[in-house]
Amino acid sequence: MTTAIRSGSVPAHDPTTADFERLATYPRVVVSWIDESGYPTSVATSFETDADAGTITLAAPAGMPIPNDREINVTGSHIRPQPGIGYDQRRYLQLWGLVADGTTLTPTRAWGWDENETPFFEYSERSVPQSRRYLAALSKEKGRTIRPRLSFFWLALRTTRLPFLSATAVPVLLGIAAAASDGAFTWWTALLTLIGGSFAHLAINVTNDIFDTLSGADEANTTPTQFSGGSRVAVYDLVSIRGLSWLALALFAVAALIGLLLVAVTGSLTLLWIGLAGIIVGVAYTAPPLKLVYRGLGEIAVAVGFGPIMLLGAYVVQTGRLAWEPLVLSLVPGALIALILFVNEIPDRRSDAEAGKRTLPTRFSPDVIRTGYLVVALAAFAVIAGGVVGGLLPWPTLIALGAVPLALRVHAGLKVHYDSPYTLMAVMGTNVNLNLAVGGLLLIGYVAAILVMQLVG
Amino acid sequence: MGWLPEPIERLLEVALVGELTVVGRNGRPVTHPLIPLYDGEKIYLHSSTLFSKKLEHIKRDGRVSLALTDPVAMKGNRDRATIQGTARVIEDDPHSDWERLILELWRAKEPAIDDFLKARVALPLFFERAVIEITPERALYWEDGNTDRAPTDVRAPREVAA
Repeated sequence: MTTAIRSGSVPAHDPTTADFERLATYPRVVVSWIDESGYPTSVATSFETDADAGTITLAAPAGMPIPNDREINVTGSHIRPQPGIGYDQRRYLQLWGLVADGTTLTPTRAWGWDENETPFFEYSERSVPQSRRYLAALSKEKGRTIRPRLSFFWLALRTTRLPFLSATAVPVLLGIAAAASDGAFTWWTALLTLIGGSFAHLAINVTNDIFDTLSGADEANTTPTQFSGGSRVAVYDLVSIRGLSWLALALFAVAALIGLLLVAVTGSLTLLWIGLAGIIVGVAYTAPPLKLVYRGLGEIAVAVGFGPIMLLGAYVVQTGRLAWEPLVLSLVPGALIALILFVNEIPDRRSDAEAGKRTLPTRFSPDVIRTGYLVVALAAFAVIAGGVVGGLLPWPTLIALGAVPLALRVHAGLKVHYDSPYTLMAVMGTNVNLNLAVGGLLLIGYVAAILVMQLVG
Repeated sequence: MGWLPEPIERLLEVALVGELTVVGRNGRPVTHPLIPLYDGEKIYLHSSTLFSKKLEHIKRDGRVSLALTDPVAMKGNRDRATIQGTARVIEDDPHSDWERLILELWRAKEPAIDDFLKARVALPLFFERAVIEITPERALYWEDGNTDRAPTDVRAPREVAA
């Protein structure tokens, strides 16, 4: 399957009034032309723009007459050095045209970049196709394949999106904790559950990247962040689709082996069905024919996968049976991890829509998305309170309600930063922390409940 | 050894930005603001493969000029210079050649680069880079940036230009 290659950086265009206004903000321009010896030559000079006439009047530099028989380049450039940090306010603009009388340039073409209009990261992403074309041509020139590289550690981290494993750790540990509060705990099967669940999660991450790359969704996304836009290792050509496929298979194989071992140890067919359901939901998330996330069902798939499947699976490994308590408990991480996806889809919504990935933020207005976030987040906390009142969850788990302010902070942040992918990153980080905070507090609540039970009796 | 006049060397040593002009397609001049580095003989610039059109131009025609014009980017030095020369692109291994060749010079001028290098995983293609090595052949110099006077025009000794 081929994917559409987007154009690289900002394309050259006919000069606009805005270009003349932009150029007028520079204190000087550098005028360049190709001299009689065939070398470029340049001189800085002062200038005036006339947007209505479409001309730039240049102060004639002494001893260097500007030729009127060839194309001239006029460039305005600015940075602000920040000692010890680097620099900011990077911008430049260049215009090309002919000079009529030694000083009056009529530009016919313009091109430039202003990091205030196109942030550096977005500018870089827009230029990825140019990098790929260049390295392909260089490979041909050198007679060997030249690809971008990363060290093994960083490549592994990026390819598998390892830091997202916290999404697996929370429900698995909660499932184990719920089982322990019921008096069932074996440390080595608990550890194997965590490892197996992690391998399954990483396999699903890689699989999703394969299908998002093939669909063009990742390539169309020019504003990825550390939380959104996929691993991009295939987009950058750090790893081939074939390489990713082998990696996904290997990760699935390890997860399946651990899962089968746990089925054999527990003798629970329920665990087998839970594991199979997890793999099906995970793969169907982006893979055809279901492509759940492309149909606006991604959040439900994630809620089921990281809620009941992970948490009940961990519980069944320890106890060998299903129960209402872990099912109710699983609704909490299920909802909060679905909300991580929900918020992370916001900066991707335009490129997702372009690639036919009809996620919820592509379908609904910002107000609906923000309200939806608040309703689901508060519902997760209501489940905890209701579970305690209903006697299904131990009362110390009420401590998790202490994380409500984090949810409110995310909701408030969505109001301010909805349209800015890069400033939204802090909000996305807080949203990830919300899941970790609630998960951690629930765990503390369970440990406290177990200790109280042991002390009492 | 280098032959550039000392005032121009001073500009090269402090400039955070210079305007590199290359011969583009159809013989059109194309200008790119870049950080210039100088080892006392050659001038080095570098470019990510992300922004590699300039490299394509240089590989087609190595004649270039580098203008040093902005006092804000040159620690307040108001002098100006334009250096013409021949450039070659060094890119046998875009992943690591540049680190070996110019990282020390880059670090000396822009210490913050080490912080960016630590985040290489976040921007892997930005650090796939080619080095542009310029052999200076002619230099124009405007004391105090005054272009109302004709520049001082200095050419490389014959053995360097050859």
